[in-house]
Amino acid sequence: MENEVVIKTENLTKAFGDFIAANAITFDVYKGEIFGFLGANGAGKTTAMRMLCGLSTPTSGKANIAGFDIWTQTEEIKKHIGYMSQKFSLYEDLTVRENIRFFGGIYGLKGKEIRQKGDAIIKKLGLENEAKKLVKSLPLGWKQKLAFSIAIFHEPKIVFLDEPTGGVDPVTRRQFWDLIYEASERGITVFVTTHYMDEAEYCNRISMMVDGVIKALDSPKKLKENYGVETMDEVFYELARGAQRKAD
Amino acid sequence: MIIALPVIQLMVLPLAADFEIKNINIAVVDHDHSALSRSLREKIVASGYFRLTVFGDSYPDAFKAMERNKADIILEIPNDFEKDLARDGGQDLFLAMNAINGTKASVGGSYLGRIIADFNQQYRKNLMIQSNSESSSIISINPINWYNLFLNYKIFMVPGILVVMVTMIGAYMCALNIVKEKEVGTIEQINVTPIKKHHFILGKLIPFWVIGMFVFTIGLFLVARIVYGIVPLGSIGLLYAFLALYLVAVLGIGLIISTYSNTQQQAMSLAFFFMMIFLLMSGLFTSIDSMPEWAKWIARLNPVTYFIEVMRMVVMKGSEFKDIKMHFAVTAVFAVVFNAWAILNYRKTS
Repeated sequence: MENEVVIKTENLTKAFGDFIAANAITFDVYKGEIFGFLGANGAGKTTAMRMLCGLSTPTSGKANIAGFDIWTQTEEIKKHIGYMSQKFSLYEDLTVRENIRFFGGIYGLKGKEIRQKGDAIIKKLGLENEAKKLVKSLPLGWKQKLAFSIAIFHEPKIVFLDEPTGGVDPVTRRQFWDLIYEASERGITVFVTTHYMDEAEYCNRISMMVDGVIKALDSPKKLKENYGVETMDEVFYELARGAQRKAD
Repeated sequence: MIIALPVIQLMVLPLAADFEIKNINIAVVDHDHSALSRSLREKIVASGYFRLTVFGDSYPDAFKAMERNKADIILEIPNDFEKDLARDGGQDLFLAMNAINGTKASVGGSYLGRIIADFNQQYRKNLMIQSNSESSSIISINPINWYNLFLNYKIFMVPGILVVMVTMIGAYMCALNIVKEKEVGTIEQINVTPIKKHHFILGKLIPFWVIGMFVFTIGLFLVARIVYGIVPLGSIGLLYAFLALYLVAVLGIGLIISTYSNTQQQAMSLAFFFMMIFLLMSGLFTSIDSMPEWAKWIARLNPVTYFIEVMRMVVMKGSEFKDIKMHFAVTAVFAVVFNAWAILNYRKTS
């Protein structure tokens, strides 16, 4: 792991009226790292992630994503990140190939490059027979793998994944994580939120958010040692049970 | 909003349902220049239904005014009107009506007929008092309807309804489009890409523009021509040129609605509200000239008004570019303003 910092936040805060969704978040993420962003429902994970992606303007604080400022250079940030949301986010009424062409085009890739890389993705995911089918006809697991491949299609510096494996079976989840490792090895930083503690174990480092605040940040091994427990499940429970906010 | 929308509709829409014709523009061509012809002219204006827009002694000038929609009716008073009426006891008046709007032409014609008959009666009374003679001077009227010889309602309505169709399809579909992406969630995926706002708006505009052109083509060639036998007198190219511009403006309205709404339901109610006002305040059914001044402003700020006028002028009169260049200019302004508004109001970052 190199020590180049690709995400740096300092007291990043987002308030909706009186409600402080994310409170003075401060952390660094390094290049090529798989960074797990954990927390109970309503803890403020999605809010924090939306700020980092330039979808939501912070109330206060500083952050630098891939070398660009979160306040003034959101459109520059967007060129250098990939994003895959909780909701499935490809166009359901376009085919697999059309989705690849569309998103490739938005990121300014050339037609030839899109075709070559698109073919490679389709082959890797085993979608040769489905390439001309509408995305809505694919099973969820395949859709998520395709969405991830498209999110890193333009070789971003960082890819943000918001609960990418929700509702996906264990086998497909395993395959999905193989894709994540591969991306990480290519130097793409992976920022991922999840509720599955086995997935948390796959991450290099983990942050735990409780009531809008980061309560813990370390490698899974260190966290377990610190709390004197055997599994990540127990770490999560130790931290989250102190939460005041009700989960939504 | 639940209260405001129906209130506005109730205030505005009755105007569109007012079939009384007022402010008929009349051009008087007076070859006689007599006291009698002057008093006839004054009586017509005093009735309150007519507005004297052109006055002179050249029929071609008056006809030109009609071409430019400045006159709805031309009344031609012949030479020696007064003399002949007194001496021969009879005289012909010539009446030409712009029958593009059949209702306006026929109602206006009959108002005028009534006024002239009244005038005639008064004149005879005066004459009898003067000379006690029994001569019965009669003014007779020879009317013709220009542009729409038989006051055919369909020729008047079909081009207008075609405009309505194109407008509704374009604006509704466009209004629902961005909102649908908000509902499905794909807008999030778009907002996190470096796409430029005007590229996004253009991407939303172009497909509906093509659909609008297509729908209009079907309406013009299949329905209007084959079913109703309406063939535009003017240039079809000119119609398409205007349509191309008009669609950009109307789709812009759809996009504005779309950027303000969060659900398809909201977008539908907003689109319905605006379409209702736009359609009824466009001069499609009832004449804008008969409306009060503030309502006329609604009509003037309404893109549909301009396209309906252009359609009627080009299809029925064969008007040329120089006759409708104002319409082009105004619609171009609409197109720029609406789309700029939509681009500004579409936010990638909340």
